[in-house]
Amino acid sequence: MTSVEEYAAGGRQPAPFMNPYLAGIGLGLVLLTAFVAVGRGLGASGAFSTLVASCVNALAPAHAEGNTFYEGYLHNGFGHPFKSFLVFEVAGVLIGGFLSGALAGRLKKVVERGPRIGVGGRLGLAFLGGALMGVGAKLARGCTSGQALSGGAVLALGSWAFMIMVFVGGYAMAYFVRRQWR
Amino acid sequence: MNAPFYKYGYFGDELYLIAAFAIGIAFGFFLERAGFGSAKKLTAQFYFTDMAVFKVMFSAIVTAMLGVFYLSWFGVVDLDLVFVNPTYLVPQMTGGLLLGMGFIIGGYCPGTSLVALSTGKVDALVFLAGIVAGIFVFGEAYPAIEGFASSTALGTVTLHEALGVSMGLVVFAVVLMAVLGFWGASVVERRLAEKAGGAV
Repeated sequence: MTSVEEYAAGGRQPAPFMNPYLAGIGLGLVLLTAFVAVGRGLGASGAFSTLVASCVNALAPAHAEGNTFYEGYLHNGFGHPFKSFLVFEVAGVLIGGFLSGALAGRLKKVVERGPRIGVGGRLGLAFLGGALMGVGAKLARGCTSGQALSGGAVLALGSWAFMIMVFVGGYAMAYFVRRQWR
Repeated sequence: MNAPFYKYGYFGDELYLIAAFAIGIAFGFFLERAGFGSAKKLTAQFYFTDMAVFKVMFSAIVTAMLGVFYLSWFGVVDLDLVFVNPTYLVPQMTGGLLLGMGFIIGGYCPGTSLVALSTGKVDALVFLAGIVAGIFVFGEAYPAIEGFASSTALGTVTLHEALGVSMGLVVFAVVLMAVLGFWGASVVERRLAEKAGGAV
């Protein structure tokens, strides 16, 4: 609830967050709609892989061509790597998040951090965490949305093993970065 | 009516991409509604003060799982045509561990960092730059680590197949586990709130 107070201090009173169970049921129905309509679940990190593979291919095509990881994303999509499910879905996520935030009065330019860390430290850790996540998500062939949520709902063995390890990693590391958040 | 609709040819590739876009909008909307555009809200999960990550994630999984299970039972959805993530056990567990550490260090996961960015979090933009850098490093290292990344490949194997039980039994167990987890999460939150001086 700290974030709500923080925003309120900036002026306009933002709406409280949705009940977590209701939000979860909403997300679950979106995921179910994806399974029923297109036969696949949600995702996020794959769109960034497409971006990276496309950039590498634009700058050094011969280098990208010999790499099966990049090639997989370059040959994905209908005629163009960006004409793929995850690229379109991620564009939607940005818009949906903006709409919800705007309706709730939660749009605010801010560096989110705890009281015991500076802006520079927070941004450095954000980059480091993102980089670890980039490597982890590719090694796991998906992130929290593609593996834990989507693979979890169709009871994929690897997705459940992945999900358990995400919580293990988070709890194991939490003590060491507590000053960033609390 | 046969589902998945796209796989049965009810609509083509263009509508498939439009569907992806629409599904993304709804996905982002509910992520932000839940408060997942906030790193503090997300990371509170790992300090036991706000278990919204667990609650949202497991009510979503249970909802979609029950939906898929019943729709296939009633013969509406052909489960064989629904994508099930193939299992690469050891790389997935290693990746999960790295991702969990990245979550608490960086404050987000890829999907939630997108809604954080769209609501103005500067740290989410830096986090996304980190993801891109991480994927680039992985891509460059791929020729060297391809062997490990595709090791312990078990194919598309589900929990019920691995345990040799019916899907219904696993569905029941997941629901039971989620409900017990929700109860446990609320107890932990209440205890910690009392310890912090009764402020909820």
